[in-house]
Amino acid sequence: MFDWSFVSKYAPFFVNGAWMTLFISVFGIALAILTGLVCAGIETAKIPVLKQITSVYIEISRNTPLLVQLYFLYFGLPKIGFVWDAETCAIIGLGFLGGSYMAEAMRAGLQSVPQIQRENAYMLGFSKWQTLTRVVVPQAVGISMPGVVANVIFLIKESSVVSAIALADVMYMAKDLMGMYYNTYESLFMLIVTYLIILLPISILGTWLERRFDYARR
Amino acid sequence: MQGANILLEPGVFPRLLQGLWVTVWIAAVSVGLSIPVGLITGWLMTLKNPIIRFIMRFYLDFIRIMPQLALLFIAFYGIARMSNWNLDATGACVLVFVLWGGAELGDLVRGALQSIPQIQYETAYMLGMSNWQSFVHVILPQAVRRLLPGAVNLSTRIVKTTSLAVLLGVVEVIKVGQQIIDANRFQYPTGTLWVYGVIFVMYFIVCWPLSLVAHALEKRWAND
Repeated sequence: MFDWSFVSKYAPFFVNGAWMTLFISVFGIALAILTGLVCAGIETAKIPVLKQITSVYIEISRNTPLLVQLYFLYFGLPKIGFVWDAETCAIIGLGFLGGSYMAEAMRAGLQSVPQIQRENAYMLGFSKWQTLTRVVVPQAVGISMPGVVANVIFLIKESSVVSAIALADVMYMAKDLMGMYYNTYESLFMLIVTYLIILLPISILGTWLERRFDYARR
Repeated sequence: MQGANILLEPGVFPRLLQGLWVTVWIAAVSVGLSIPVGLITGWLMTLKNPIIRFIMRFYLDFIRIMPQLALLFIAFYGIARMSNWNLDATGACVLVFVLWGGAELGDLVRGALQSIPQIQYETAYMLGMSNWQSFVHVILPQAVRRLLPGAVNLSTRIVKTTSLAVLLGVVEVIKVGQQIIDANRFQYPTGTLWVYGVIFVMYFIVCWPLSLVAHALEKRWAND
């Protein structure tokens, strides 16, 4: 019934797929964190115009599915001259989607530091930069961490959608093998195991990070 | 810009709206069925029985750690293979979204129920209320307020995830868009941009009001 030789023969496919998933996720998440930092910074600093642009971006990115964003980037935009390969598209798509989620998590952290602490820091002669790096950020990181970790896991899971623009990730391998050999059980089994191998350690690491940076309650 | 005229071709917009209706229908049925499933799982999660606890923990963690697309594949291809039940693509989507929505909602219900201090139950007893009365008049009104913003947010997530149905072959708004693009490929080579653009906007129009409602509820009940 369950064909182990099929599993051992095609496991390398899933290793390759896992690398693709990780490649897209790592760069996509890095872009998302960068976007999130910029947006959270703009929102906290209340810079006019930029603040409005940021909130429009956040609403658009949070209220549309990644698949539609990817199709628009990958199939739609090349028609007016923006041609990119599937990898770039996937990374930009993931960054575009994740940026808003990261921004929300980070903003929550920054806003959790009461205004009076900033005022006290100024009074003690801290510069703006010192206040930010010595007083605000260390506290904000702890508050933001659970949200950021949840978003990282969310984005790795979302990256399964990139198989729809023909990137050979884990999902794509499973679909391919089922289509070619009809070995449904074995393919689905390898699909589940590969995702568990990728996501379980990250989830455990995330829990540890949350505790590590939880200065307030430690 | 003349690619935009594809949207004005007779039948294009009504067909896209029909496709959107399929998307919304799948999402609405899934949300509707998730509510009872979520209430039951949420209640089961608060029980102290170790076996039930373990099963619920496993269920929630498995659903949470697997990408939704992987769950859809498991349901669509796996179930058809395992049993002789030929679950169609729409059915597989609804099944997965209900199991997923039920697990997530269950966790929200558990959180809401456990956030209410034990002393309130005891006080209700002391005032002579029955088990059922204390639940309906004391616990439920508070739990709903803590639950509702998250539940509305969850429904926007379900709507967005409905887009994955196209990858199982459900003819919903994206599939209809692809058909329109393919049928007009020679007449409107740049039609792709506009059709996907419209689908993008359609999803936004469906999800945004829900997000606004969730946000408003969160603000309104923040200090309760």
